[in-house]
Amino acid sequence: MAYHVVAAIEDMPPGSRRVIEVNGRAVAVFNVEGEFYALLNRCPHQGADLCNGLLTVAVTSTEPGIYDFDPSRNVIRCPWHAWEFDVRTGKSWCEPNRVKVRSFKTEVRSGKLIEGPYVAETFPVKTDGTYVLVEA
Amino acid sequence: MNIALTDTTDKSSVRQATALVDCDIHPALRSAADLRPYLSLRWWDYLQTYGLRSRHGFAKGTPFPKIVPGAARRDAWPEAGPPGSDLALMRRQHLDHHGITMGILNPLSPSGGDQNSAFSAALCSATNDWLVDAWTSQEPRLKASVLVPYEDGEAAREEIRKRAGQPDFVHVLLLSRTSEPLGKRRYWPIFEAASEAGLPVATHVFGYSGFPSTNSGWPSYYIEEGAAHPAGCQASIASMIFEGVFDRYPDLRFVVIEAGFGWLPALAWRLDRAWHRMRDEVPHVKRPPSEYIRERVWISTQPMEEAPQPQAVAQTMADIGWDRLLFASDYPHWDFDDPKFGLPPSLSAEQRDHIRFLNAHTLYGL
Repeated sequence: MAYHVVAAIEDMPPGSRRVIEVNGRAVAVFNVEGEFYALLNRCPHQGADLCNGLLTVAVTSTEPGIYDFDPSRNVIRCPWHAWEFDVRTGKSWCEPNRVKVRSFKTEVRSGKLIEGPYVAETFPVKTDGTYVLVEA
Repeated sequence: MNIALTDTTDKSSVRQATALVDCDIHPALRSAADLRPYLSLRWWDYLQTYGLRSRHGFAKGTPFPKIVPGAARRDAWPEAGPPGSDLALMRRQHLDHHGITMGILNPLSPSGGDQNSAFSAALCSATNDWLVDAWTSQEPRLKASVLVPYEDGEAAREEIRKRAGQPDFVHVLLLSRTSEPLGKRRYWPIFEAASEAGLPVATHVFGYSGFPSTNSGWPSYYIEEGAAHPAGCQASIASMIFEGVFDRYPDLRFVVIEAGFGWLPALAWRLDRAWHRMRDEVPHVKRPPSEYIRERVWISTQPMEEAPQPQAVAQTMADIGWDRLLFASDYPHWDFDDPKFGLPPSLSAEQRDHIRFLNAHTLYGL
């Protein structure tokens, strides 16, 4: 596993998303209110690009007619059939134990780019991060 | 059950090996103005003043809000206009991307179900002209439906005759919620003209009948509306059989689009069971209902059935007949099926070929 640079942090404000190619696989990276999450950019159902989906929150209910939005549970909703996946874990909302999208670890680190967009000399720093990275 | 591949020469086999026919693509008007060149001043003025009038009790919009805007894939919106209105995007995102060699355009709006019969006939004819000018003449992979004012059998017959023999058109299009069961005499001119023209009659789910979308009333949710389509299509097929349509029009071929397919074998069993007991109520029906279904009905795969045991889907396909299933994507709508990943993985290459193109080639005479 290696870290791959996604973007400079100022280029990925909250609500933004990017797709990067890592070892031939497309990985979708989302900034959800300052937290970064990365999922394989492929819906396990029929293969749609998840990066084109709606980033939203889970809707729950205690009884018919009640619609509760749970802001703590962010989901990406597939652009085709609206299957929902937890952006943190990649698990399907409807069948979390059977269906999931592969998720990747993300980090924000500071450093400076030394070659191309995907190779970086990075330094783990907990605060004042400069780059968003995906481990894959 | 496997059936033999149709006989082809080596050359055409090579060509067909890469073929893929999509029986359900929805083109959309950029706006009503797209139809202006094809409408008389009188009807253009009427459209501007009075608009479309569906056979249902809502002034605007659909009875059930769709799951997504325009009921479309979120990645299918062009820079301008609604999904399905941009040929360049359709080529890039759909025809080229999936390797589709023939796609059939089924326009849904306007539909052939406007309340004003004469206006409906004018709208259908204008839409058919537009399908040729804006689509099939621009893109050889695309074919069109003959949109007809299906509540007015005579007017529908005229429109079918007008398009007969024109290679741009490959089937006649109705929507599934007709105002009476589809086998009734008022619809016979459609079946007669389609038979004369050698065109299959296709029914696509939706439309407005003026009646609730389930036979026990209006459901509360969109999720129920979609689930009700198989029952509606079952009633259409039963009506066509028991009204004697398939006997009266022996060349008629009927295509069911977007109703799924898992229900079709059970319908055939149930109708046969009833026919064995009550044949004397409909003595004009000469053969077991299942035979009309097996020989005269084709059915699209979309929306694909997704059973917990994928083998159950393959078994259902076998029960219907490997030569009667047609791949359909429903592009650009949200319930789109991907031609590669939508079909059950357990199908053999031969079964897959039948669904992907061989059956469509046979049905549409390609």
